[in-house]
Amino acid sequence: MAEHARRKRTHYYVVYAALMVCTYLTWQIAYFDLGAFNTVAALGIAALKALLVALFFMHVRESPRLTVVVALGGLFWLGILLTLTMTDYLTRGWMT
Amino acid sequence: MSRERIAPHPPALAHQFDDLAQQHDVATLGIWVFLATEILFFGGLFVTYLVYRRWYPEAFVAGSRALLVWAGTTNTAVLITSSLTMALGVQAAQTGQRRRLMLFLALTMALGCVFLGIKGFEYYTEYLEHHVPGLAFQFDAGQWGHAQLFFSLYFLMTGLHALHIIIGLGVLAVMLWWSYRGVITREYSNPIEVTGLYWHFIDIVWIFLFPLLYLVGRHVHG
Amino acid sequence: MPSPALLPPHHYLNDGYGIRSWLLTRDHKRIALLYLAAITVFFFIGGAFAVVIRLELATPIGDLVSDETYNKLFTMHGVMMVFFFLIPSIPATLGNFLIPMMIGAKDLAFPKLNLASWYIYVLGGLFTLYALIAGGVDTGWTFYTPFSTVSSTTNVIPTALGIFITGFSSILTGLNFIVTIHRMRAPGMTWFRMPLFLWSMYATSVIFVLGTPVLAITMLLVAAERLFHFGFFDPALGGDPVLFQHLFWFYSHPAVYIMVLPAMGVVSEIMAAFCRKPVFGYSAVAFSSVAIGVLGFLVWGHHLFVAGESVYAALTFSALSYLVAIPSGVKVFNWTATMYKGSIAWDTPMLYAMGFIGLFTIGGLTGLFLAAVGLDIHVHDTYFIIAHFHYIMVGGALMGYLGGLHYWWPKISGRLYNEFLAKLSAGIIFLGFNLTFFPQFILGYLGMPRRYHSYPPEFQMLNVLSSAGASILGIGYLIPMAYLMWSLRYGRVAGSNPWGAVGLEWTTTSPPPTENFAVPPVVTCDAYQYDAPVEPHVA
Repeated sequence: MAEHARRKRTHYYVVYAALMVCTYLTWQIAYFDLGAFNTVAALGIAALKALLVALFFMHVRESPRLTVVVALGGLFWLGILLTLTMTDYLTRGWMT
Repeated sequence: MSRERIAPHPPALAHQFDDLAQQHDVATLGIWVFLATEILFFGGLFVTYLVYRRWYPEAFVAGSRALLVWAGTTNTAVLITSSLTMALGVQAAQTGQRRRLMLFLALTMALGCVFLGIKGFEYYTEYLEHHVPGLAFQFDAGQWGHAQLFFSLYFLMTGLHALHIIIGLGVLAVMLWWSYRGVITREYSNPIEVTGLYWHFIDIVWIFLFPLLYLVGRHVHG
Repeated sequence: MPSPALLPPHHYLNDGYGIRSWLLTRDHKRIALLYLAAITVFFFIGGAFAVVIRLELATPIGDLVSDETYNKLFTMHGVMMVFFFLIPSIPATLGNFLIPMMIGAKDLAFPKLNLASWYIYVLGGLFTLYALIAGGVDTGWTFYTPFSTVSSTTNVIPTALGIFITGFSSILTGLNFIVTIHRMRAPGMTWFRMPLFLWSMYATSVIFVLGTPVLAITMLLVAAERLFHFGFFDPALGGDPVLFQHLFWFYSHPAVYIMVLPAMGVVSEIMAAFCRKPVFGYSAVAFSSVAIGVLGFLVWGHHLFVAGESVYAALTFSALSYLVAIPSGVKVFNWTATMYKGSIAWDTPMLYAMGFIGLFTIGGLTGLFLAAVGLDIHVHDTYFIIAHFHYIMVGGALMGYLGGLHYWWPKISGRLYNEFLAKLSAGIIFLGFNLTFFPQFILGYLGMPRRYHSYPPEFQMLNVLSSAGASILGIGYLIPMAYLMWSLRYGRVAGSNPWGAVGLEWTTTSPPPTENFAVPPVVTCDAYQYDAPVEPHVA
């Protein structure tokens, strides 16, 4: 039991280190001109950090399936809002 | 009229539940559903951001460069550290280690305060530079009306986020009190877990706010 | 004739007396009644505005009120009716009362949160009432920008804040229902053994939880824009007014499914009970509830056809809008099929259910008209739209609410109401409703715009018919107030199952005990097992 707790703590520290490294990376990458890839990299690293926090700090990895459904559902719904709104903004200039 | 259950039940068990396991599952599901609502709540601001960043890319670059990137980066590190202390606190609660729990709750609160302190300093700086829309806003980027949209989003998004931190600090204070009073036990660690999930979510929101607000066009020189 | 029954000695209504036992209750049944009282007050306030509107519109000239006052009247009518009556109506009253009972639980998952939801709702209502008393709001309940954020000189911010606050009541209620239905069903109550009312309430709760937060942030943006001139929705500052409409309707379209899904759930229950048959195609109806809840989120752009959204977005939303009609159609067909070879009893709840099916069908079909972009352009912002949504919200949702109220009144109060007056009221309401709103379809198609207090004289006859209908409708709503209140003291004691219906809520006393079930139930069969008929009786 204590061994299990200690292993869990190690996981937390490893994830923490990864999160700090990612933060450093995202900050540094911003100073290089990578064109459109700047945004991709920034959001990609952010998504990775979010995934680490969710899976390990929020214990989604060992949560019931319903938890995952709820979390993904919320994200998916935000996706609906973003996507369908952008069908308007992305096509406004198009010829009919 | 007696309405007592046949078998005695733990004092922490609310009457509508059959057992502590059900109570725990319910609490966890409840907070996750709440977090889903928060995704949509912040989401409206992200949509607004997306629309205007596409429309006014130069204004967003100019505005973002005017923010204090050291403050944003430091605050990101501070919040991530607070997530670590929070996770360690939850573990302490689940293993019944009261003192450890109190320590980590206090550390998390302290880090939250540091975050707010740095944020407050940033806001004050921005106020002095007249970058607060509605308060004698003045930003010379050629198209100040559009940079105003960036700063409006910056203050709204970070302000809403900071409000959630403040609420989180309040909840943490209550948790600290409950731990001190022995309300939190190995069998009843739900409140700490729920608080933890909320706190980690606030961290995730900031993880996205940081690059979107502070790191736009940092590579552009001049 | 069985001897007159007695009320059970201990039930939730006499479990504690005094104002504190009500204002500090955690009992979902008492909280349901707290909501019932509050929403009834808001209904009559909203109704009062409608009376003045219809009085004004009886003549073509704007002679009763000024145009500014008229703007305030239709705004406040909409705000009160949508946010403070329709949205909470069935969920907060019947949902709160019945969900734990139908799944065999003692209470909802979070009873204290439930009480908090009521207080939040009342607080939001008070904010809005303040705005009303302080001079009203004139932006329309839709708060379109930049008028609401820049030009309007009325109390936009308190109203927006009131709606913002009340939104949290919805969110917390939805959260409570979702968790309860997932985690607190009695042993043996699988998802597909649940009464269909619960499927509807579950879908409604998903909308509450995913849609309302976007309304909340939108109201916050309106208030912030008004205070700080941020410019998000102001073209003069680089903003886009259409963005407001996207954000607003992302919630407000699913909101109409918040209003209608619970009513559909009520109709399913009533059809089963008064045809003494399981609802035809249980799975199809259950899945349709979920489908409506999901698809309802994909169609909001049909409110923006003439607002300036791109043609391609308009076509996308148009196609999706046709889709959402399908599950609604499935339900109407299945309810009709339920009647086939059923043993039909024409009690009051059944009259309301039939009214719902007919009027909702008309309202829904006219929705298909509106999903066609070309047609919508012609009738947008006319009385056709007003008729369309009143057919669904009043002919549909409100009749479902009244039907549910009458069906479960014996369970809630332990008493029966006067059946003759109840049937009479149902008839008056049906007649008054159609007289009020059918002429409005014609008026709209002929071109009479909405939100105008004067109109060309050739439209007067239809307007007079509509106003006459409204007065009949008003009377129809007042009569139930009277006989329902009267029944609380003088009505015949109902007994546990006066309709002979099948369902967990009917196995307990009327009124139920605080903990709902003396012995926690175990479920062993599907819903609506009417095979072994239980004769209706007053115990």
